[in-house]
Amino acid sequence: VSIHTKTLAQLSKGLRAREFSSVELVRGFLDRIEAHQPMLNAMITILRDQALTAAQAADRELAAGRGGPLAGLPIVHKDLFCTEGVLTTCGSHMLDNFVSPYDATVVAKLKSAGAITLAKSNMDEFAMGSSNETSYFGPVRNPWNTDLVPGGSSGGSAAAVAARLIPAATATDTGGSIRQPAALCGVTGVKPTYGRVSRYGMIAFASSLDQGGVIAATAEDAALILREMSGFDANDSTSVDLPVPDYLAGLDAPLAGLKIGLLKEFFEKGLDPASEQRIREALALYERLGATLREVSLPNLPLSVPAYYVVAPAECSSNLARFDGVRFGHRAKDPRDLMDLYKRSRGEGFGAEVKRRIMTGTYVLSAGYYDAYYLKAQKVRQLISADFKRAFSEVDVLMGPTTPTPAFPIGAKTSDPITMYLNDIYTIGANLAGLPAMSIPCGFADGLPVGLQIVGPHFSEGKLLNAAHVFQRETDWHTRVPELFT
Amino acid sequence: MYDFGLPFAFVVSPNPMLLTREQIENIAHLARLALQPAELPVYQQSLSAIFDFVGELDRADTADVAPMAHPLPGQSQRLRPDVVTETDRHEIYQRNAPQVAAGLYLVPKVIE
Repeated sequence: VSIHTKTLAQLSKGLRAREFSSVELVRGFLDRIEAHQPMLNAMITILRDQALTAAQAADRELAAGRGGPLAGLPIVHKDLFCTEGVLTTCGSHMLDNFVSPYDATVVAKLKSAGAITLAKSNMDEFAMGSSNETSYFGPVRNPWNTDLVPGGSSGGSAAAVAARLIPAATATDTGGSIRQPAALCGVTGVKPTYGRVSRYGMIAFASSLDQGGVIAATAEDAALILREMSGFDANDSTSVDLPVPDYLAGLDAPLAGLKIGLLKEFFEKGLDPASEQRIREALALYERLGATLREVSLPNLPLSVPAYYVVAPAECSSNLARFDGVRFGHRAKDPRDLMDLYKRSRGEGFGAEVKRRIMTGTYVLSAGYYDAYYLKAQKVRQLISADFKRAFSEVDVLMGPTTPTPAFPIGAKTSDPITMYLNDIYTIGANLAGLPAMSIPCGFADGLPVGLQIVGPHFSEGKLLNAAHVFQRETDWHTRVPELFT
Repeated sequence: MYDFGLPFAFVVSPNPMLLTREQIENIAHLARLALQPAELPVYQQSLSAIFDFVGELDRADTADVAPMAHPLPGQSQRLRPDVVTETDRHEIYQRNAPQVAAGLYLVPKVIE
């Protein structure tokens, strides 16, 4: 069996048993990353020398019987996690020369658990996109069909795991940016509860929605990474001070009696029929495993996309005000005066979609429009949140599709932003309500992966991972690898 | 009704009322963005469509609803003691600055 098709859990055992060294492991994955970079464009920066040096150190630790829970295991970080001494671009021309002076908390925690960073993954610029086409470094391609998008914004992380260029990668989710690419690439993605994973050193897009998480091949591997990356951080004022459960310990709990709610609104018109078929089959399997299904309605959920496209751009326009061409980032040549420096540095440094969102946010926050747009959206957000709360008084988890359709062609939706925005229609609700949610592969429609979405109450990551893991014990969708990458 | 072929029918007109060129220029000014002339009509179209689209929120009755201030119920912004905790790392930070002299960030002259 080739090393690249093994899970992190298996690789960890192999390292401990000295079946292979961390250097062999890291070199093997680096070779795959480099070999497939021209085809997939999954990475922005590849850290060969640094990773091999770290692997040598890991081998010494392992030989001495030491090392953390992730000792010697390779990982990739989405390029919006600040990484000390390493280029951290956020997929933007604005930051294409930015070498981070510090590590994000997520990066530091995974490093101290022993994980080795092999590369920084490609992404939509400032995480604003659902197809990875807004990256300054070019689109990532879907490993299942390279004419198609991998989804976004964590497209590089999802494509890399799908092609088994890396067993697991960090990612972030503001409106679906972990779950949607995980679904379109046929891998497992977890967006934790807001506040569960520190946002310190994650380049901010929309601070009340952004949440770091993980993409891996299996729920078990996602649990392994999530356990190490979660937890309280004094450097993030919205980090929640609650103990992190051992997500691995509860993975095999039986699902008998699990109450699953089917979101009525998700199965109405617009869902691709072949995808719906796969979702229905997955739900039938959960029934056979002892779960019960019932339909629930979240009447305000249809307003989640318009609410999101007020709140997220508003927060983005504030957060991205820091890019002023003065302290870091792109600076325009020969500015006439300070205003010219600000305007041209920002006009040149940001791409079209980022500018569109900054302007949307600036408008909805401007004098005379604040009540009509921003305040109204925050009230609708409260209604959506209350809908979820009501649903979770009746059921344990909600299930439905992650996306309306499988992966679409590169270029298909770039001309109409609203069509692109509606691609996140099933995922945005969880962000607005701060809920944990994940996507797992549940079959194929016309040869392309379909994702099953599982949403739970706040801090129910353990239950979601348990439901996903038991499903993966019974199915093999998560083991499928696209033909070009076997 | 504008049918996106997606789960919910949005009342979005295919020809929304266009923001004027002056409005777009004003938004860009407030956002401190220099736009190229060719970008103006693009943003005129797409921003008009977006504001029309988010106008859908008017359909919700929010008369007695408090705006959501935090994604987690009962949580509020945590404050830390007002004490200095940071060390001086300006030399490291300024390695990313476009122009620095004597530990200061340089910008074009502001006061004549």
